[in-house]
Amino acid sequence: MQSTAHDFKDNVGAALADPNLQDSLAKLKVGFSERRRQAAERLPEFEALRDRARDIKDHALANLDFYLEEFERKVMALGGHVHWAPTAADARQIIGELCRSVGARTVAKSKSMVAEEIALNEHLEALGIAPIETDLGEYIIQLRHEPPSHIIAPAVHLTKDQVADTFLEHHAPLGFTRRLTERNDLVAEARHVLRQKFLDADVGLTGANFLVAETGSSMLVTNEGNADLSNTLPKMHIVLASIEKVIPTLEDAAVLLRVLARSATGQESSAYTTLNTGPKRNDDLDGPSAYHVVLLDNGRSSVLGTKMQDMLRCIRCGACMNHCPVYGAIGGHAYGWVYPGPIGAVLTPQLIGVEEAGDLPNASTFCGRCESVCPVRIPLPRLMRHWREREFERHLTPWTARQGLALWAWFARRPRLYRGMAQIANRMLAMCGRAEGRYRMLPLAGGWTRFRDFPAPPPGGTFHAQWARTGGKRP
Amino acid sequence: MSTPPEVRPAPPRRVALFVTCLVDLFRPAVGFAAVKLLEQAGCTVEVPPLQVCCGQPAYNSGDRASTRAIAAQVIDAFAGFEAVVVPSGSCGGMLVHHYPGLFDDDPGMKARAEDLARRSHELTSFLVDVLGVKTVAARYDGTVTYHDSCSGLRELGVKEQPRRLLASVEGLRLREMQTPEICCGFGGTFCVKYPDISNAMVGEKSADVVATGADTLLAGDLGCLMNMAGKLQREGRHVRVRHVAEVLAGMGDIAAIGEPEAKR
Ligand code: SF4
Repeated sequence: MQSTAHDFKDNVGAALADPNLQDSLAKLKVGFSERRRQAAERLPEFEALRDRARDIKDHALANLDFYLEEFERKVMALGGHVHWAPTAADARQIIGELCRSVGARTVAKSKSMVAEEIALNEHLEALGIAPIETDLGEYIIQLRHEPPSHIIAPAVHLTKDQVADTFLEHHAPLGFTRRLTERNDLVAEARHVLRQKFLDADVGLTGANFLVAETGSSMLVTNEGNADLSNTLPKMHIVLASIEKVIPTLEDAAVLLRVLARSATGQESSAYTTLNTGPKRNDDLDGPSAYHVVLLDNGRSSVLGTKMQDMLRCIRCGACMNHCPVYGAIGGHAYGWVYPGPIGAVLTPQLIGVEEAGDLPNASTFCGRCESVCPVRIPLPRLMRHWREREFERHLTPWTARQGLALWAWFARRPRLYRGMAQIANRMLAMCGRAEGRYRMLPLAGGWTRFRDFPAPPPGGTFHAQWARTGGKRP
Repeated sequence: MSTPPEVRPAPPRRVALFVTCLVDLFRPAVGFAAVKLLEQAGCTVEVPPLQVCCGQPAYNSGDRASTRAIAAQVIDAFAGFEAVVVPSGSCGGMLVHHYPGLFDDDPGMKARAEDLARRSHELTSFLVDVLGVKTVAARYDGTVTYHDSCSGLRELGVKEQPRRLLASVEGLRLREMQTPEICCGFGGTFCVKYPDISNAMVGEKSADVVATGADTLLAGDLGCLMNMAGKLQREGRHVRVRHVAEVLAGMGDIAAIGEPEAKR
């Protein structure tokens, strides 16, 4: 996917001015967080489970090479194939060749953020292969030629009316000429249109929530059951997953599933949990005859063993964005690339470069709500701060901000001088703002006074000046 | 979140006040309110002269070297006090949670930073959790709503302490917002670096405040208070905005944040 992360500020402007988006975000903000809160409350051991989930992922990451090789051995023993893709281009090429090897004309896809990350659809289309999104949300945004705006709810930025219009436009030629307004009718119509495409697909491509090393299984959770159709009906099944998805055992998966569903949607568990373990066996009634797993690195292994490794624990539940007030104000598209919200602000600079995505880790108040809900306890604010430090070191921070900061820090390190300057500033602000008690405009503070008044200090001087005057007593 | 000690040592009596740079410059009354509350609780309060700022502006801008220099200065300034009290959750969080990590490569300084972290407390948490204060002698005639500033809430576990003390203020009624725990959009330099996002956030906060019908908005962090006061005033709302310490110390009759002295 082509990044617009460098245009973050323009993206923000557009997002804030989009009434449909603001409508959708208003609903998302209350819905997701309320459901997660209730789910967490219903499970007394939820906090302890979060610790276990964190520890499982940490252990897997500390021994990632071991578990990946174990996983590969198991897949091969089952008659499947594993392909290692160091870069996005490698992954695209591998998948393209696999599709061509069976003469595929269509590929049924179930939601995969990694497929977005490697821009798979564009590649397949260039090869003359039609990708068909089978997740309802993905299907909607595919029709609209939009990227996903959320990692578990890709079309969450759209209102029902927008979906109704999109369906009418695209389904009318297929004979569905009535504009639907009920949610259930919309789902039924999409199902009708998609069902035949499932049956026709030559290749099924899915992502994976977890790769289980002990069994060689890929595990996928959905609420629509679409993944089951995209991996059982076609003759070839391709699993596309990034390397940090591997975990040791099925028991570990059980722990992670329990925190995943609750954190994501507040469900006890997702509606469908599917395990794919190799190709169709002789006595199986159905299933793919060929089974391939494509393992994508794309820069992740370079994070291993660094202070940033924690970001690889992410299980893509979306809770951090559901609880982020910045995401809640601007939605997912403004972040400009595949992964939005707090985890996007941490991952994106890693995956496409901090020069391109430098705004993302800066656009946070460090309110900490993301970290407080992350099921695997990723210290998202700390990781964002890490990027700010890299930007500062590399002089990517805007010049004016750097100069202002340097001047302030120079004074802050000279307390006596600082004190004198503070007293002068206090006096001036107090005197000029005396009549109203606040400023409607203030030089050099346009970012503030464009939207807010700026409170003037009361007369009398700074705290330290007053304290010194009274000899260390309250006035 | 700081875990309370198993056995409570005798309450410290000689405490140092970390005024914070915003209180020093924009709202000295908060500092005096803190001194009053601490004295009423039996402490002697000193204000070490060589303190300036906790270093958050540099820290959150990625300037680690300046942050370390400022932190070292703060560590020196507050050496030897039994307790260091801060009328701000974010500056408190800085001392308690972030200073030690700045000195990972300097064991001597790290130990001193950890020592300061152990002695540092947010004001209302110090009063309630450490000194065991249950009531204050104050009166405030009005309906207030309380905003939980992010760092105080999530880094220091400040939630019930201010409410417990407010419950003892005569004449005061508390009416909660729908979402008192959601960020007001201040975020230090964030509010000027991303003014549009900040404005959207503080706009929602203001709507939530207004919907409570409260006549006064309180919080424990001056940055958030200035941000919310500025927005409420720009929107022409009649909500007075004060630091919680002012009300607890019985200083609720001074002009509210952003209001002229004459109107008192
Ligand atoms: S960072 Fe945490 S909260 Fe965010 S998507 Fe990943 S696991 Fe979920």
